[in-house]
Amino acid sequence: MTQAPATDAVQKERSMILQKEMIADHYKQLEHVAETGRKVVYTFVPGNLNELIRCFDNLLPVHPEINALQNGMRKRTGKFILDAEKQGHSEDVCTYVKADIGMLRAGNIGPAGTKLPNPDLLLLSYTGCFTFMKWFELLREEYKAPVAMLHTPYQGDGTISDHMRNYMVKQLREEVIPKLEQISGQKFDIDKLREMLARSREAENDLVAVLESAKHRPSPIDAYFGGVYYIGPIFSAFRGTAGAVEYYRALREEVEARVAAGKGPITPDGELKEEKYRLVVEGPPNWTSFREFWKMFYDEGAVVVASSYSKVGGLYDQGFRHDPEHPLETLADYCFGCYTNLNLPSRVALLSKYVQEFHADAFLINSIKSCNSFSAGQLLILREVEERTGIAGGFIESDLVDPRYFSGANIKNRLESYFQMIMQKSKGAA
Amino acid sequence: MKLYVGIDLGSTTTKAVVMQDGNVILGKGITNSRSNYDTACAIAKSEAFIDTRFTLFHQALEAMPGLSLDLETFLQDLEASFRLQQFLNQLEYLAEVSIGEAQSARYRKVSAPLAERLNAIFSSIAGQAPEMFGVGSIKRSEFFRDLAGNTYMRLASELAEPDAVPYDLLVNIYDKSIIKVENKLLDLTFESNIAKALKRVFAANRALSKADQQTVQRCADEVTATELDVVNSVGTGYGRARLPFPKEQIRSEILCHGLGAHYMYANTATVLDIGGQDTKAIQVDRDGIVTSFQMNDRCAAGCGRDLGYIADELNLGVQELGPLAMQSNRSVRINSTCTVFAGAELRERLNNGERREDILQGLHRAIILRAMSLLARSGGVSDEFTFTGGVANNEAAVNALKGLIEENYGRRTINISPNSIFTGAVGAALFAQKTDAPAAVH
Repeated sequence: MTQAPATDAVQKERSMILQKEMIADHYKQLEHVAETGRKVVYTFVPGNLNELIRCFDNLLPVHPEINALQNGMRKRTGKFILDAEKQGHSEDVCTYVKADIGMLRAGNIGPAGTKLPNPDLLLLSYTGCFTFMKWFELLREEYKAPVAMLHTPYQGDGTISDHMRNYMVKQLREEVIPKLEQISGQKFDIDKLREMLARSREAENDLVAVLESAKHRPSPIDAYFGGVYYIGPIFSAFRGTAGAVEYYRALREEVEARVAAGKGPITPDGELKEEKYRLVVEGPPNWTSFREFWKMFYDEGAVVVASSYSKVGGLYDQGFRHDPEHPLETLADYCFGCYTNLNLPSRVALLSKYVQEFHADAFLINSIKSCNSFSAGQLLILREVEERTGIAGGFIESDLVDPRYFSGANIKNRLESYFQMIMQKSKGAA
Repeated sequence: MKLYVGIDLGSTTTKAVVMQDGNVILGKGITNSRSNYDTACAIAKSEAFIDTRFTLFHQALEAMPGLSLDLETFLQDLEASFRLQQFLNQLEYLAEVSIGEAQSARYRKVSAPLAERLNAIFSSIAGQAPEMFGVGSIKRSEFFRDLAGNTYMRLASELAEPDAVPYDLLVNIYDKSIIKVENKLLDLTFESNIAKALKRVFAANRALSKADQQTVQRCADEVTATELDVVNSVGTGYGRARLPFPKEQIRSEILCHGLGAHYMYANTATVLDIGGQDTKAIQVDRDGIVTSFQMNDRCAAGCGRDLGYIADELNLGVQELGPLAMQSNRSVRINSTCTVFAGAELRERLNNGERREDILQGLHRAIILRAMSLLARSGGVSDEFTFTGGVANNEAAVNALKGLIEENYGRRTINISPNSIFTGAVGAALFAQKTDAPAAVH
């Protein structure tokens, strides 16, 4: 074991407390919309227009993906998925969708244990993954709620043209904003949106500093298992809020202190004392056995220094920042740049860049059984990244929130083999 | 004598290899994996040491001037006699446990006729044992559980009486007792059993001169007295975490199979290992270092256990499947990628009048098709290609593999060692010679 005693783990840092409070407060607000009269907008993480929703001060967002993954971490999704399958949803359908449908059937009690309100609007802003469209089609039937659709063109050739941007802005003006106005009963205020975008930018700067800190040796963070917590506020209901600004400032300070002290990342079993492997990881994590999965890494002294999953809600580390001067155009650019909207060559280029810039000695793909948008082409990515970087890739398979597809012994076996292979290669000969 | 031990604790069998400095294999041992991994490990290791002492014995006799006996024949007879002795020792304990079981209160009403039948069964098995272990005899399995069990079941069905001692009762006694026998570490070592084995061979071979007998006896005593000093052990296989070794003495079977295959065939570039419950496609560099691998996940279809399941369905020994499939002249297409569904498909095809041989050939091809997919994902099949694991001993599987490799990748040199089942343990023994603990990569 390379961790300090578990007592370190229970010592919550300020950022952890802030995040917990923000989330708890949000679910509380959602629980009480009947009394407060606030309206609810369901929407997605990749292509999340949080600032636009929240500049209407009586609107609250709900992210079904976040509910699904949070329920996965709380071991609730196995039953939800079975219930959805009973309704006729096939075994191969995205398990986020089935977990959401199952939760709905079970009374829509969210991960916080409180009832989630029905949507007043389904804001179908999605990037790269067409399952989102089908998902809201299902929810439209379930809730009889209206849909506002924002179609983000795929970056098929790896570039964003003015034409694409104008197309998005037109949709925002003519489809999305009018529907938000209609639901909220308020007039859209572009200056309020600018204020939120300015706050987004501030938080994004701090988030990027946190992600970049992994270039240090040892890395003070785990950019995958820890990373999913770090991206939580900015990918969900809080981007553009004062709370997010405070959270990311606190997080950055903590991480910078760890860098100064030469400390490794914090794991559930305490601080990682010895960094043996530096990994870049492609693909989402498994949520139903998240702790067990993470432990398989830190027990081996493996730290993820960069991951693609932590970019599904925005590729800030590649220079994009929300721009208050061009509020609608910047929302369009944000949507274009989400990781799932990138074509395969762009993904290969980005992952190879991560391997080089973060001085990684390993590249691992966690291929998700029920997520075609992530998984299609991953073996090609693996070969290409190996070719470009000269490091040997590893490949494991699991699922997002279907516990049936997490085979702990198999994954552990592969990971151990992979780490030993990296070690053996680094030594040259057997 | 300084030795290194590699142990491969697989889901079906546990293998051990004893290696001398300079990467020379002295002994190999194998046993069926069982609920108690520690026992499986101890028995495989003990078997490998028996094999080691036989190697040393062979070397000692070879070095003896003036020996007039035919050494190879003599050693074959001796080893057969030794295996018979081990079998009899285990049988004796099985009989003791079974008869003890029969005396329990729940069988009170039938205890006398039950004991009578058990005694008859065990004495009959003991009587048949020399024939079972005769040189050149064909056995459905090498393991005591199967050898004793097959004869026991046959005799039990003959001796059972529905109203007095039903067949199910005899089976029940066996099932309970064999678990106790398998999990007891009996003294089956070279040191304790070679004397009886030698005595039997000497008695059977009257032509053996007194001088030869004395020389043989002296060599046996010397080998028995030789101290075997294990410098280091490395464990691998699915049960490796259960081995009583520190972490640095545990290696993944991927690395062990890669290195083991390279040891057996130095030009190996691609390795396919089909084990009991996983299939591994491995690419290695010229030093046997793994550069890429793929394994089956979530589903064990296409693994050795698949064949075991089909063998059970057909009431055959797993070793009989390959030869039967080789008698086919027309392969039946098996579409199912699931072990259980393949069993259902098998029954349906039999009902439709297809020949068992043809269905089995199709089944072997279906299993190899799964492996081909893993090979493709791991980076294809390069020259030379080494096939390892228990399934590499199955001629029908090998045939299907050769055909599919040529079809998809062109001609390749395909290596299959008769000792392929030991590849992982060989790799582990090689790692055991590297005593350095893992350190940080950078």
